[in-house]
Amino acid sequence: MRALDRKLWRDLWHLRGQSLAIMAVMASGVACFIMFMSTLDSLLQSRDRYYSEHRFAEIFVPIKRAPEAVAQRLAGINGVSKVDTRVVAPVMVDMEGFHEPIIGTITSIPDSGEPKLNRLYLRAGRLIEPGRNNEVVISEAFAEAHQLNPGDSLHVIINGKREQLRIVGSGGSPEYVHQVPPGGAFPDYERYAILWMGRTPLSRAYDMNGAFNNVVLTLTRDADEQAVMDQIEAMFKPYGGVGAIARKDQSSNYILEQELAQLESLSGIFPMIFLGVAAFLLNVVVTRLVGTQREQVAALKAFGYSNLSIAGHYLQLIMLIVLGGIAIGVPVGATLGHMLSEIYVEYFRLPFLDFTLEPLRVIQVSLISIVAGLLGTLAAVRAAVRLKPAEAMRPEAPAVYRASLVETLGLQRLLSTPTRMILRNLGHKPVKSLLSILGIALAIGIMMTGQFQQDSVYYMMHIRYDLSQRDDLTVVFNEPKSRRALTELVSLPGVESGEPFRMVPVRLRFEHRHYRTMIWAMEPGSTIRRLVDNDLRVVEPPAQGILLNEYLANHILQVKAGDKVEVETLDGRMRKASLPVVGLIQQDFGMTAYMSLGALNRLMQEGELISGASLYIDDDYANEIYQKIKERPAIAGSLIRKQEIKNFHRTMDQTMLFWTSVATIFAVIIAVGVVYNSARIILTERSRELASLRVLGYTRGEISYILLGELALLTLVALPVGLAFGRGLCGYIAWTVNNDMYRVPLIVEPSTYAFAALCVLLAAGASGLLVRQRLDKLDLIEVLKTKE
Amino acid sequence: MTHSSPTIVFQTINITKTYQMGEVQVHALRGVDLELYQGEFVVMLGPSGSGKSTLLNILGGLDVPTSGTVRYGDQDLSTFNESVLTRYRREHVGFVFQFYNLIPSLTARENVALVTEISAHPLPPEEALQLVQLGERMDHFPAQLSGGEQQRVAIARAIAKRPNVLLCDEPTGALDIKTGIVVLEALAKVNRELGTTTVVITHNVAIADMADRVFSLSDGRIANVTENTHKKSPAELSW
Repeated sequence: MRALDRKLWRDLWHLRGQSLAIMAVMASGVACFIMFMSTLDSLLQSRDRYYSEHRFAEIFVPIKRAPEAVAQRLAGINGVSKVDTRVVAPVMVDMEGFHEPIIGTITSIPDSGEPKLNRLYLRAGRLIEPGRNNEVVISEAFAEAHQLNPGDSLHVIINGKREQLRIVGSGGSPEYVHQVPPGGAFPDYERYAILWMGRTPLSRAYDMNGAFNNVVLTLTRDADEQAVMDQIEAMFKPYGGVGAIARKDQSSNYILEQELAQLESLSGIFPMIFLGVAAFLLNVVVTRLVGTQREQVAALKAFGYSNLSIAGHYLQLIMLIVLGGIAIGVPVGATLGHMLSEIYVEYFRLPFLDFTLEPLRVIQVSLISIVAGLLGTLAAVRAAVRLKPAEAMRPEAPAVYRASLVETLGLQRLLSTPTRMILRNLGHKPVKSLLSILGIALAIGIMMTGQFQQDSVYYMMHIRYDLSQRDDLTVVFNEPKSRRALTELVSLPGVESGEPFRMVPVRLRFEHRHYRTMIWAMEPGSTIRRLVDNDLRVVEPPAQGILLNEYLANHILQVKAGDKVEVETLDGRMRKASLPVVGLIQQDFGMTAYMSLGALNRLMQEGELISGASLYIDDDYANEIYQKIKERPAIAGSLIRKQEIKNFHRTMDQTMLFWTSVATIFAVIIAVGVVYNSARIILTERSRELASLRVLGYTRGEISYILLGELALLTLVALPVGLAFGRGLCGYIAWTVNNDMYRVPLIVEPSTYAFAALCVLLAAGASGLLVRQRLDKLDLIEVLKTKE
Repeated sequence: MTHSSPTIVFQTINITKTYQMGEVQVHALRGVDLELYQGEFVVMLGPSGSGKSTLLNILGGLDVPTSGTVRYGDQDLSTFNESVLTRYRREHVGFVFQFYNLIPSLTARENVALVTEISAHPLPPEEALQLVQLGERMDHFPAQLSGGEQQRVAIARAIAKRPNVLLCDEPTGALDIKTGIVVLEALAKVNRELGTTTVVITHNVAIADMADRVFSLSDGRIANVTENTHKKSPAELSW
C-alpha cells in the first residue's frame, strides 16, 4: 500500500465517528430513494404482469339490460379486439353468526370457468365447473376475513331470493385490486364480498336470461379509445347504458394509479433532502480536515506530490464515505422497499409481488450521491490544491473575530465571557452556522411529515364522520323508492330517526370539459347528514340549481358560480338538463355535486323518490335492525359509521404507520448526523481553547457550557426554522398528493410540532453528551504544548 | 526578597513520574526534592526531556506524580482528585505558555476577564493589562496583537486572579529577543510588585541571570541549584 493510501485509511479511521454519521445520513437518502423506487418499480411490474396475464379489460360498460345478440355488433366496432359480456349483480351475503349486513358484488364468469377478460387468479380451490349451478368463487380477502375454505357454503340474497352456494375456490381479479364497498371509503373485507358465479345460474337468479348488463372489452393496438367509447355509448343508449368507462377511470385501477403517482412524487423530494444534508456534512468535515492538515499538504507538495494526487487523495476519502453510504443505503432501501411493497400488495390485493430492484435505480442513486458528495466538497478540495507549500508550512493565521450582533446592540453587559465566546464563534463562520441550522431544521421538517399525514387524515375523518356523516347507519336501496320506504325504516324498533337522500350518477359538462360524478341530494335543514365545508361551516343544499365541489369546479370543469353546467344523468335514462352553479363548497373528499332533494326530483321527473336513508339507531337494537335489513330485498347496501371509522383506523395503521416510523428514524439520523458532526468540529476547533480554560481553572461543567452552548444555540435557532420549514414541506406534500379522490388539508397539530421538536432536541442532546464525554479525555498538557 | 525567614510555598519529596509511551516506559522524573519560597523568582533550566515541564505540570496541578509527595503550603497535591485540582488551579495558580493559548474570539480584556470572572479577589482586567503595559490595546482581538503582546496578555490573564504562584513554560520560546525581553520585564514586574512566586522553565541559559535561584534539571533529577547573588534586570540579558 502506498504511504498516501495508508494516510487515507488512517484519516478515515481517525474520523470514523463523523464518517459514520455522514454515511448514515447519506445511506438514509439512498435507502429512501431505493425504497420508493423499488416499491414503485415492483408495483408497476406486478401490476403490469397481473393486468396482462389476467387480461384486464380496457373499457368497461355498465348497462341496464341488453339482449345477448347486441354483443355481436360490438365486435364489429372498429378498434374492438376482445369482448366479454357479463352479468354483474349486487348481493347480500348472510354469514351465520355475523350480525352486520355484508354486501357484495357478484360477477358472472362463463359456465366453463375461464373468462376471456378479467381472468381470475386462484389462491385456493378451483374455478366453477359447467353444470354445477351452486358453485361460487369468492375473493381471497373475504375468505381470509371469514376463514372460509373451498367446500364451505355461503348464503347469498340475489334479487330478493336466498340461495345457498358452495365455495369452490378463492382468488381475485384485476378488476378488484382495490376492494371498497360502494359508498365506503376504505377496504372492509368482512363486510364487502366479491364473488364470481357461473353465467347461467346467475342469469337465472338475476332475471338476465339471454341478456347481460355489463360488457368489458379490449382494444386493438391502433384503436382510437374515445371513438370506440362514443360508438359504444350510442349503441347502448337504448339499453340503459350509462356510458363507457376507460381503464384509467375504472375505480379500482384509478385508485391504484393515484397511489402510485403519490409514491412517485414522494420519491422525488425526500432523498434529495437527505443527500443535500449529507453533502453539507461532507463539506464541513473535509474543509476542517484540509484545514488541520495544511502543513501535511505542504509537506507532501514539498516532496513533489502533484496537485492532482493531493486532490485525488481527498477525493478518495470523500468517495469512500459516499460509497459507504451507498453500500449501506442500497440493501437497507431494498429491505424497506420490500416491506413497503408488501404493504401495498396487501392493501391492493395483488396476487403476487414481483419485487425488483432495478440496477438502473442503483446506478441512478449512486450517481446522484457521488455528484452530491463532489459538489459538497469541491471548495474544500480546491482549497487543498491551491495551498502554496511555503505558506502552508506556517500555521494558519489566527482567525479574526468580531463582537457579535447582540453585543453591538449594547447588551454585552448581560453576557458572561463564555457566552460571548459562543456568540462570536457562531458569528465567526456565519455560513457554516446557517447550514448547521438548516440541517437541523430539515430533520425537524422530515420528522413532521410523518405525523402530518396522520393529522390531516384525522382531520378529514373528523369532518366526515363527526360533523358531516353523523348517521349510525346509511341504508341504500337497490333502486329509488318512494318516501314510504323511509317511513318504514324509521318505524323499525330501535331506529330513532331518519333522513332521506337521493343520489344520481351524472356526467357534468362545461364547454368541452366533462366529469363523471354523483349528484347527492338531501333536504334543507337535515341534521343527521350535513354538508360541512373545510372551514367547518354547515352548508345547505340549494333550493334551486347545483352546488359544486370546489376542486371539481376549479380544477376539472373550470366553472364558476353563475355559470350553467350541463347535467346528463347516467341512470339509464340519460336525461339532460342545464343547471346554474349557485355556489362552490370546499371539501377534502370526493368530487360530488349537491342539490336539494326537491330540486333533484323535479329534474328527474319521477316523483318524490329517495335512494336511501341516513339513520340514527339505538345501539341496543343494532343486531335486530341489521337482521331486518338483510331480509329486505329492496336494500342494496348499508354502511355502519362505527365500522367505517374502524376500517379507517385499520387502513391507517397498515399504511401510514410505516412511513411515520421510517420518516422518524431517518429524521433522527439526520439530526444526530448534523449535531454530532457540528459538535465534533467544534470540539476539534476549540479543544485548545477549552484545554486552556481547563488549565486556567475552569471546571468540566463550565467548558461543557461553551461547547454544548454553541450546539444548544444552533439547535434552538433551528427549532422555529425547522417547524416553519416542516409546515412548508407538509404543504408541499399536501399539494402533490391532491387528486380527484381527496385533497389533503394542511393540518399540523401542535402535538406534531412538539413531537418533532422533542425528537430533535433529544437527538441533539444525545449527540451533545457523546461529544461531552470526549471533553473528559481532553489531554490538557498535550494540547497546550503544541501549536495548532 | 529576603531569605531570612522564607515561607515555603512548594515542597516536593522524592517525586517520580513514569509515563507509558506505547510499549516504552519513560521515566520523566526520577526522584525530585525541592522547596520553593514565597515571592522568589525561580528559573528551571534543562534540555528537552530533562523533566522540567513534567515538574511544572505537577506543581501546577495539571498532572500528579507517580510516587512521592508534593506539598503546597500544608496541602498534599498528590492526593487531590481531578475536581480538587481544578479548584486548586482556579484559586492559586497562574499559567503562562509558550504558545500563549489566548482565546481568539475574545479581546485582550475579555481574555483576562475569563479568569477574573471565576476568581474570588481578582485584579480588574484593566489593571492587570496595565501592569504588562497593554492598557492601550485592551480591546484588540488576539489576531490584532503581535506575539509579544499576546504573551503579555497571557501574563496579565495569569496574574489577574492574584495567584500565589505563576508558572511559565518557555514564555519566550516563540518570541524574538527584543519582544522576549519585554515579556520577561513584565514577569519581573509582576514578581516584584505583587510578590507572586514565579517559576519559569526554559532551556535558554541567559534567562537564569534574572532569577533568585536556578534549578538545573537533567535526566529527571535536579542536578544543581544555584543562587544568584546579583540578579540582572531583563534589559541586561542577551542571547
